[in-house]
Amino acid sequence: MSSENNRLKFKIENLEVFYDDFRALKGISLDIPENVVTSIIGPSGCGKSTFLRAFNRMNDLIPNVSTRGSVIKGSEDIRKTDIVDLRKSVGMIFQRPNPFPKSIFDNVAYGPRAHGQKSMAALEEIVEQSLTHAALWDEVKDTLNKSALALSGGQQQRLCIARALAVSPDVLLMDEPASALDPIATLRIEDLIQELKKELTIIIVTHNMQQAARASDYTAFFNMDEDRAGYLVEWGQTSKVFTFPEKKLTEDYISGRFG
Amino acid sequence: MTVETESVISLAKNKRNLKRKNANQVLGYIVVWLCGIAALAMVFWIVGYVLSQGFQVINLEFLTTRPAGGVSGEGGMSTTIVTTLYLVILTIVIATPLGVGAAVYLVEYAEEASRGSKFIKLLVAAARTGVEILAGVPSIIFGLFGFALFVLYMKLGFSLLSASLSGAALILPTIIRTSEEALKTVPQSYRQASLSLGATKWHTISNVVLPTALPGIVTGIVLGVGRIIAETAIFWVTLGGSYFLPETIMNSGRTMALHVYSLASETRAFDKAMGTAAILIITIIVLNLAINLLSRRLTARITGKS
Ligand SMILES: Nc1ncnc2c1ncn2[C@@H]1O[C@H](COP(=O)(O)OP(=O)(O)O)[C@@H](O)[C@H]1O
Ligand SMILES: [Mg+2]
Repeated sequence: MSSENNRLKFKIENLEVFYDDFRALKGISLDIPENVVTSIIGPSGCGKSTFLRAFNRMNDLIPNVSTRGSVIKGSEDIRKTDIVDLRKSVGMIFQRPNPFPKSIFDNVAYGPRAHGQKSMAALEEIVEQSLTHAALWDEVKDTLNKSALALSGGQQQRLCIARALAVSPDVLLMDEPASALDPIATLRIEDLIQELKKELTIIIVTHNMQQAARASDYTAFFNMDEDRAGYLVEWGQTSKVFTFPEKKLTEDYISGRFG
Repeated sequence: MTVETESVISLAKNKRNLKRKNANQVLGYIVVWLCGIAALAMVFWIVGYVLSQGFQVINLEFLTTRPAGGVSGEGGMSTTIVTTLYLVILTIVIATPLGVGAAVYLVEYAEEASRGSKFIKLLVAAARTGVEILAGVPSIIFGLFGFALFVLYMKLGFSLLSASLSGAALILPTIIRTSEEALKTVPQSYRQASLSLGATKWHTISNVVLPTALPGIVTGIVLGVGRIIAETAIFWVTLGGSYFLPETIMNSGRTMALHVYSLASETRAFDKAMGTAAILIITIIVLNLAINLLSRRLTARITGKS
């Protein structure tokens, strides 16, 4: 585990997110190191997805959401970043694979096209590269014009990863990306994450303790208080959180005593 | 009584109940079946009658010469076929962008806009109710409206333009509502995926949402086409009834449906009214088959399950 690499990708300071008057997250402060995998764990409804959506401002799309505190990427508050640039650099993978009802090629080329890439040669290169990175190229290289919806669930999720990679992000947010997949497809995604972290910072929400332990370098454990507001219990290197947790609550959760 | 005998008795009862239920089911099945047969028989009878009567006058000459006018109803129906086509095209060209645009606004933008302002919220609610009400208004009301506004006030006269503007108003509610439904069935996850890639809202709508909703939108448009082909009253008061071929959109004309109406009510040529009606019915049947095929093709292309 590369604890030497202590460059930070994100610094979160006192983040709070509200749905109308309901406080879904309170006083979250933590750092996300660069080019490692950080996993977010915690019981259902404690605000993990809400937290993840704060990184690419997808929360802004939900009616009546308000955000306080700051998410700093590099040295800039993401609220000051142009939204298009932010979302290009911070990709997102959703819980259920959601390829567009288009061909495999058009799915991967969607992002670059949206940002003005018109040259077919350039698009072909981006598509091949992205699919290769997402470990899908060999399976689909002869069927690029087939509909993406004809792929299996696991392939669809890797296609979504390729689609996100095609706009060259430096961060990938994954919200329980394997929860809708079978064990083999899940393992493939986990292997892929290990490959991708060489070039990307990955933040992954997961329900699966083994997955967090296996696949991540850092772990943040969230819980919710009596008002159902999510808060950070503790975070740190995965090896430490899982073997010598600071809080009793963390130990209980990891060992499956609640949640 | 032991527990076993009790349970045997109740089992027997259950069986009897089951039998009675089965008998009811069979009866219900027969009733439904007969109703279905009756409805189909009615349709086939009407269509069959019109077609068999109609085909007695239909020949190449009937299809390729224009009506000659007069109370004897001499001549064919050629110009009415072409005029119907003109009217359909012009009406769809006017109604589609307006209708689809309105639906996109209602589904994709209205909520966000209403959040900021009470006034817009009220306007949107009024527009929604308006569309609902308009969908149920009889076509002659649209005709009167078109006659007053386009024919008289805007001095467009009895013309293809007046008729297609009125026709567009008539089918707008249908197009708006079917498009709205189609847009609503596009999964939210497609929009999220597109926006998360940094695409703008408009790019998302035009490149993901609209293409996905296309089969539904096309269905709405074709329903509109069917309506334009079939309506008479509204075009009687906006298109006039000239049986000459309109040379510009400012000319009067006569659709097939109008021709049937005027032959049947103003001439002695009832057989020719039947002939025209037969062609009208065939057009509508072909249109329906075409749309079925098209929408299945589109759906297959979009879902990849061809
Ligand atoms: N769009 C929304 N509107 C209102 N409340 C929401 C919305 N999304 C999530 N919440 C609430 O915020 C809390 C956190 O939800 P979420 O972030 O989805 O939790 P998790 O991903 O950890 O299960 C929950 O109480 C949930 O009900
Ligand atoms: Mg969640």
